[in-house]
Amino acid sequence: MKDFTQRLIEDKVGLIGFIGIFIVVLLAIFAPLIAPYEPDEMFTNHVMEGPSSQFLFGTDEFGRDIFSRIVYGAQVSLQVGLIAVSIGAIGGLIFGLISGYFQGKLDQVIMRIMDVFFAFPDILLALTIVAVLGPSLTNTMIAIGIVFMPVFTRLVRSAVMTVKENEYITNAQAIGVRPSMIIIKHIIPNIMAPFIVQITLALSGAILTEAALSFLGLGVQPPDPSWGMMLNDARAYMEFGPWTILFPAAAIVFTIFCFNLLGDSLRDLLDPKLKQ
Amino acid sequence: MSEEQVVLEVKHLKKYFPIKGGILKRTQGHVKAVDDISFDVRENETFSLVGESGCGKSTTGRAILRLHEPTDGDVLFNGENLIDVSKSSFRHLRKDMQLIFQDPYSSLNPRMTVKKLLMEPLLTHKLATPKEAEEKTVEMVEKVGLSTEHLDRYPHEFSGGQRQRISIARALILRPKLVILDEAVSALDVSIQSQILNLLKQLQEEFQLTYIFISHDLNVVKHLSDRVGVMYLGQMMELAETEALYDNPLHPYTKALLSAIPSINPKEKENKERIILQGDVPDPSDPPSGCPFRLRCPMAHDRCAEEIPRYIEAERDHWVACHLYDE
Repeated sequence: MKDFTQRLIEDKVGLIGFIGIFIVVLLAIFAPLIAPYEPDEMFTNHVMEGPSSQFLFGTDEFGRDIFSRIVYGAQVSLQVGLIAVSIGAIGGLIFGLISGYFQGKLDQVIMRIMDVFFAFPDILLALTIVAVLGPSLTNTMIAIGIVFMPVFTRLVRSAVMTVKENEYITNAQAIGVRPSMIIIKHIIPNIMAPFIVQITLALSGAILTEAALSFLGLGVQPPDPSWGMMLNDARAYMEFGPWTILFPAAAIVFTIFCFNLLGDSLRDLLDPKLKQ
Repeated sequence: MSEEQVVLEVKHLKKYFPIKGGILKRTQGHVKAVDDISFDVRENETFSLVGESGCGKSTTGRAILRLHEPTDGDVLFNGENLIDVSKSSFRHLRKDMQLIFQDPYSSLNPRMTVKKLLMEPLLTHKLATPKEAEEKTVEMVEKVGLSTEHLDRYPHEFSGGQRQRISIARALILRPKLVILDEAVSALDVSIQSQILNLLKQLQEEFQLTYIFISHDLNVVKHLSDRVGVMYLGQMMELAETEALYDNPLHPYTKALLSAIPSINPKEKENKERIILQGDVPDPSDPPSGCPFRLRCPMAHDRCAEEIPRYIEAERDHWVACHLYDE
């Protein structure tokens, strides 16, 4: 682990990603201290004002401070991103491992169920799940998690099937290692590279899906801020006040960019072959 | 010799792989990778299985260890029938029989250090506490000619020969009785091969090991083995003590194989008659009737197409499956 942090510090790109995410996390945790105003406080005299010293990122159509809303929105976006992706990734990992390692009938059943999920467009599926469970932040996260599960399952399954062909798996069997230990010690460490990359991609996808759901009124409920909702609210006003769309978009891009940088370098850091 | 104790008895072992095809994935036929072979392996000897690619020698090794579940037949290890044992309890028997693989590049998990690779077998079979296991790994790496500073490295940091030493250490740390060496030196270059072979010989004496040596390299086999079995198309063609087999091969296939060994002695070369076989190895899913070798055999006659030759003891301790010796 000491070795790992050492290498992360040496890897400049990964470090940038890590620091960026760290900043976003700090924003989310200390939102009440950092934000100058409440996220739903309306300044009726300052509707649609551009960035100024009073309102760092300007105000929106209700006169709310965009900077404060972005800071509070970090809470929602990070929560949705991390929890939804965890649900999808852990579910996908379990199903993918079972499918890929044991194959046979169970594999067929799992993969056909995943195909059904795949057949629906992401948003439609998420919408259906939220409609069934009822609109709330928790249900949004569950819905996004389920939507992402088939991608993870497929990815893990195919990676497992490739790794399984290696002789070190037969070697472990010949030694008498229990199947559960073969999966944990020999297969999982060797499928981590594509898995981690997929997690970073899914994080950005989750933040965007949450935005779309919020826009449709099924995600975060107004007036609570979320980056995606701000983006969608601002669509109508972007000609008069480009700052209303620019800053939330920049927040999303920044976070996703940092996650991708970190993901890339994590993948390399976890591979002993690339160790100097 | 035959009074020596038999460690492993293989009786009528068969391994057929189904060929599935069509929309419904129905079994359309079988590849008879191993078709009714029998042999026994004696304590502390090196028993070699030779044959060309695809003759089923590796499958035989893996079927004995039930890495491929045998289709039929019995495998008796110290009198106990391995085929009757349930899969979960067979796991515990594995510590007595180990397999060393051909390719040292793919047979070691790239994400485990040498120490972890060596400790895993001990911890799996609960033969040592983690602390004892660590001590044993130190002892074992030195036995196979590596040093303790290698323990914290990953497999990709080693050369092919060193990796094969790690594989050997990993298999032998369990102190098995039987070791199956599946083309264990074929992937290495010649100078490294001899080092590894000497190491294997030395460890065999030290740990009282019984080897089943699977190879296609007749020179290596001659150098290493006590007895040799020659396989062709899933069947045992001839089995004898090494000297008897090399000096006095009975089966036409063995004769052809031995005549193909390159010689560095020019005089010997002149005297030697090179038997060149016609055609290719038949498709194992559609073997010829009668003797599997008859299509390429220079001595083939009518009876070869009609009857499968019996596997008989033509001379003392010299078994052969050929109609020439079964009048």
